[in-house]
Amino acid sequence: MRKYVPKDNVQKKSYYTDRFWVAPRVPREIVEDAHFNVVVEATASMVKESYIEIGQLVLHIAPEDNFKMMKLLKEECGYTQCSEQSAVDYLAQDNEFELFWQLLNVTEAKRVRVVCRLANGAAIESIESLYKSANFAEREMFDMFGIKVNNHPFLKRILMPDDWEGHPLLKTYPLHGDEFASWYEVDKIFGKEYRDIIGPENRDQARIDEKDTKRFSRVGYEVPFDAEYSEEKTDIEYSETVLVDYNKTPSKTLDERR
Amino acid sequence: MQVANKLSPFFENLNFERDDNTMVINFGPQHPSAHGQLRLVLELDGEQVVKAYPDIGYLHRGIEKMAENMTYNEFLPTTDRLDYIASTSNNYAYALAVEKLLGIEAPRRAQVIRTMLLELNRIISHLFFVATHALDVGAMSVFLYAFREREFAMDLMEDYCGARLTHSAVRIGGVPLDLPAGWLENLASFCDKVDYELEHTYEALLTENRIWKMRLEDVGVISAEDALSWGCTGVMLRGSNVKWDIRKEEPYELYPELDFDIPTSDRCDSYGRYKLYMEEMRQSTRMLRQLIPMHSKSETPLMAHAPQYISAPKEEIMTQNYALMQHFVLVTQGMRPPKGEVYVPTESPKGELGFYIKSEGEPYAYRLKCRAPSFFHTGLLQELLVGTYIADVVTIIGTTNIVFGEVDR
Repeated sequence: MRKYVPKDNVQKKSYYTDRFWVAPRVPREIVEDAHFNVVVEATASMVKESYIEIGQLVLHIAPEDNFKMMKLLKEECGYTQCSEQSAVDYLAQDNEFELFWQLLNVTEAKRVRVVCRLANGAAIESIESLYKSANFAEREMFDMFGIKVNNHPFLKRILMPDDWEGHPLLKTYPLHGDEFASWYEVDKIFGKEYRDIIGPENRDQARIDEKDTKRFSRVGYEVPFDAEYSEEKTDIEYSETVLVDYNKTPSKTLDERR
Repeated sequence: MQVANKLSPFFENLNFERDDNTMVINFGPQHPSAHGQLRLVLELDGEQVVKAYPDIGYLHRGIEKMAENMTYNEFLPTTDRLDYIASTSNNYAYALAVEKLLGIEAPRRAQVIRTMLLELNRIISHLFFVATHALDVGAMSVFLYAFREREFAMDLMEDYCGARLTHSAVRIGGVPLDLPAGWLENLASFCDKVDYELEHTYEALLTENRIWKMRLEDVGVISAEDALSWGCTGVMLRGSNVKWDIRKEEPYELYPELDFDIPTSDRCDSYGRYKLYMEEMRQSTRMLRQLIPMHSKSETPLMAHAPQYISAPKEEIMTQNYALMQHFVLVTQGMRPPKGEVYVPTESPKGELGFYIKSEGEPYAYRLKCRAPSFFHTGLLQELLVGTYIADVVTIIGTTNIVFGEVDR
C-alpha cells in the first residue's frame, strides 16, 4: 500500500515521534514590566490576550483592528519602527493565517509583537501609511502566502516573477516546486507545446543523473563517452595533480590542533 | 512599449522616450554596481530620477521554505548564504534565536570566540563596503588596499574554521572548535594592521579627498523619521542621528562587558555614513583587543550542556552509552524545541538581522522568518532615489550596503 501523505501539508515531517511525547511550551509570563503595562492599558479595548514570551510583549487582536492598533502603538506608545511583518500558515489546522507585526520602540528599547488570525481568503488593511517598511513586507507576504492587503499602493509580487502561479510558503506548496514551477522556463522560452519535445529529463540543465555516462563521471568507475553505465571498477591511473589522495598524508592543520 | 514574443525578444536595455519627455532606463541586474542582482527601473527627466522601482528576486532561493524542511542543525549552514559577506553573523543570529527558544546559553569560552568572530566579520564586511563603495564612486586604489586587509581577516577565519566565505563557524549551543594555536597573536597583529591602515591608507585616501567629498556629501539624505519608518537599521539609522545599536540596547553575548562607543552622525548623508563605517571598524578592533585576554581566562567547554537538545562532547559520546544514544537521536531525528515563537534581533554589520521562529514542537521549524536589514534598505531606494541625479544613483546604492543574498533569501 502506498504511504499516506497528507495533501494539506506537504512539508517534511518527523519520521518517528514517540507516542507518549508531549511537546512542552515556552512559558508565557504575565505582564509586569512598567512600560509594557502602559502599552497593555492603552490598547486594552482591542487586545484579546496579552502576555510576555521570551522578553517580548505579545498582543492578540482581531484582524479588523490592525490599522487602529498600529496607529495607537505608533502615536501613543512610541513604537516608531515596524521591524518585520509576515504570516504563518495554519490553513490545514484552522483554515486561517496567523499574521504578526514586530514593532520596535527605540527610546525604551522594547519590542512588541502584534498577532492576529486572518481567515483564508480575507484581506487585511495595509499599514503602509504608518510604517513605510510595510511596503515591501506586505508585498512579500502577498507573494509568499497570497494574502491580499487593502489600500497598499502597489501590491505586486516581489520575489517571484509576476506570472508565477501559486504561493511558495504555503504548506501545500512542495519544497521542490509544483508542476508549473518545474516547467516554468520551458513554458516561457519555448511555449507549452514544447513540454513533450523537451521531456522531463531535459528540462533542468543543472540536473545530474548518476547513470548518465555522457555528462557525469564517477571517479573510479569511468567508462568511455556514451558507453553503458558500469558497476565495475575501472583501473584508470590519474596523475597526482588531478586526484589528491587524502589518505596518504594526514592533514597538517588537524595535527597541529590535536 | 515593446511587444515581446518568441520571434522578437524583449530588449531590456533599449531606452524609451515617452510622450511626457521622460526616459525609462533599466539598471541591472547585471550592472557591476548593482551589488549582485539588483534591477532598478528608473524613470528619468533629463538626468534627474523621477521614479525608481527596485525589482528584486533574482537570487531568490526560498531559504525560509528550506528552513521548514530541514532540522534546526541542518539549516545552520544554509544561513551562510544570506549575507555572504559576513556569514558568521547570520550563523550567529540563527543560533541565538534557536538558543533563546531552547532556553540555553553558550558557555563562556564559546561566547568569547563568538564575539571575536562577530567583530572580525564586522571588519570583513565594513572593509568590503569601503572597497566596493569607493570603487562604485570611482576610487580604484582603495579597493585594492581594502581587499588586502580583508584577505588577512579571511585568512584568520580560514585558520579558525577552514572556510573563507561560508564559515558556519557557530553551532547551536556554542562553537565547534577552540581557537588554533597562535590565532590570538595573529588577531592582535591584525588589529594593529587595521588601525594603522585605517588611518594611513583609507582615511588618508578618502576622508579629505575633494572628489570623494563632492560625490558623497549631501547625497542620499534620510531624515531620522524616514529612516525609522522605512525600517532602516544599523549604520543607515545611526547615520540619521538615531543612537540605536542592538549590541548596546538589547545586549547579547559579551557585549555588556565590553567597553565601546556607538558612533552616530547628524549629517544624514552618504559621507556621514562612510565616516561611521570607519569609526565602527575602530570600535571593532577595540573590542577585539579587550576580548583577547578573556579567552585564556575562560573555562574550556565549548558547547552548552543540554543533553536533550545538544550532543554531548565527543569524548562522552565515545565512552558513555547514554550520550551515544542521545547523539544518535539528535542526529537522525533532530532536536525538538518547545512550542512557542521567538524573535531575536542581532546587530549584523548591515543592520538588524533578526530571526523569527515559530516552533510547534517538531524537529522542523513550523515557520522561520528572516528579518534581513538589506531587504528594507532596498525598499527605501524607491523613495531615496527620487529627485537625485543619475550619477548619484550608484553612490546611493553603495551607501545602503545591501547584499542580495539576504534581500532575496
